[in-house]
Amino acid sequence: MNNVYDTIIIGAGMSGLAAGIRLAMFDKKVLILEKHTIAGGLNSFYARKGRKLDVGLHAMTNFAKKGERGKPLTKLLKQLRIPYGELALNEQQGSKIIFPDTELSFSNDLNVFTDDVLEKFPEEKDGFMALLEDIRNFNEVSLDNPYESAKERVARMIGDENLREMIFCPLLIYGSAWEDDMDFSQFVIMFKSIFLEGFSRPEGGVRRVISLLMKKYKALGGEVRFRSGVNEIISENSVIKGVKLENGEVITASKVLSSIGYPETVSNLNEKIELDPKVGKLSFTETILCYNKKPKDFGVEDTIVFYNENQKYHYRRPSTLFDEKSAVVCLPNNFEIDDYEDGMIRLTFMANFDLWNDLSPEEYDLEKEKVLTASKDIVRKLYPQMDEEPNFVDIFTPTTIKKFTSHHGGTVYGSTDKSRDGRTPIKGLYIIGTDQGFLGIVGAMLSGISMANLHCLMEGSN
Amino acid sequence: METTEVRQKVLDIIADIAMDDDVTTIDDSVALRDQLDLDSMDFLDIVMELKKRHKIIVPEADYPKLASMDSCVEYLTPKFVQ
Repeated sequence: MNNVYDTIIIGAGMSGLAAGIRLAMFDKKVLILEKHTIAGGLNSFYARKGRKLDVGLHAMTNFAKKGERGKPLTKLLKQLRIPYGELALNEQQGSKIIFPDTELSFSNDLNVFTDDVLEKFPEEKDGFMALLEDIRNFNEVSLDNPYESAKERVARMIGDENLREMIFCPLLIYGSAWEDDMDFSQFVIMFKSIFLEGFSRPEGGVRRVISLLMKKYKALGGEVRFRSGVNEIISENSVIKGVKLENGEVITASKVLSSIGYPETVSNLNEKIELDPKVGKLSFTETILCYNKKPKDFGVEDTIVFYNENQKYHYRRPSTLFDEKSAVVCLPNNFEIDDYEDGMIRLTFMANFDLWNDLSPEEYDLEKEKVLTASKDIVRKLYPQMDEEPNFVDIFTPTTIKKFTSHHGGTVYGSTDKSRDGRTPIKGLYIIGTDQGFLGIVGAMLSGISMANLHCLMEGSN
Repeated sequence: METTEVRQKVLDIIADIAMDDDVTTIDDSVALRDQLDLDSMDFLDIVMELKKRHKIIVPEADYPKLASMDSCVEYLTPKFVQ
């Protein structure tokens, strides 16, 4: 009976680990299967030339102070029974949205953003206040909200297109699977997580979060197998039976929680179903630049900059390999406590997976060089005083993302078809993580928790 | 079982769930929700811990009886005796 479990979780990312902790906590026999050799999924880490580097995590959204009630972060810590202090969070110094004619600042204090919006868009005062009110009163985590275009709803309150685009820019690029728009529920989740709650960084970066989750899960008796990619999700008459691993081994379970994405889950089913969730179109490149000096040595104090030089902000798959006209620039040194030895800048461009995927190895290297040049150009435009050459660079492309996440099309925010209640046409098979629709690291963990509670722990779920 | 023992057992559960709250100052007559950061997901945890630690099943209809420490003790004491 070794290969029989109550629940199998596919993927040891944030959502899978959080779900695993909940199930192990209440004595379920649970197994996490991870294709790679380390945990983390989209938010992982690596070391290169003695440097510890993070993948995915620029910052944690959803900052909350210790004991702050009813916030997603404190909720999830309670559900996982991890004391607040163990995350060792450091708050951001301050971030910016920079467009051709206007710049808006924000921090973890909403007043900073509100004051700047009202100063630069005085005619939008009533509209902006109405938007804040609408957001506060909206139940974004309800699992049965129908899709509603956020752009349309916000346009009914805010008339100035430039202000709308500036508000949408960080929210789209930090989480939208949809091009140029998002579901209003997702908009509210993102707005709260970024503008109302804000950015912080755990000391030690993403490693700290993953190691906390792994330790907790193992202490509760949860099992995890690395290098164990799932080859097939097995069902009979649309009822889940278990999974088959890449090595042919079959493992049985009455519930399977899949964090690998909705289209990826469906394409692994042994029984064909009608459903065909769309593959999202958004992918990215990321440039990591390390310097001998720290940004603060040059008087640079920004934590994250959402930069756009296009007259209108385009959040969509570019028709070129990458869109060098807009970027997210993250300066991970610029949190309360800086635990890096180097100065570091991380720069994200929107990119086109298909074009990257079609390149020959030689062309690929050349295009990566172009990403590096474009990255340095943006750093130079933003911070002309940082006249130092980087001492280390590394670049990810959409094909790197595909390789490490197995997401179709190298997507980061998954499919545009979410399963909000986690259900699939297969009984006992549930979607958790990005394609269940809660976003960011905190969202991913909450997704795992809420789906485990709803489908595996609550009365009547068995 | 004495009511003080029952109170302690409930308190142990709450202390494990509301890790960052001070549970030593709970007013037994006031709703737990009003004193601690507990939402419906956390009440579900109290129910599941009662089952896990003490084999006590609380049907959904009885969840309101777990509202305050006083009502918890009153409701759970006979169940601990069984």
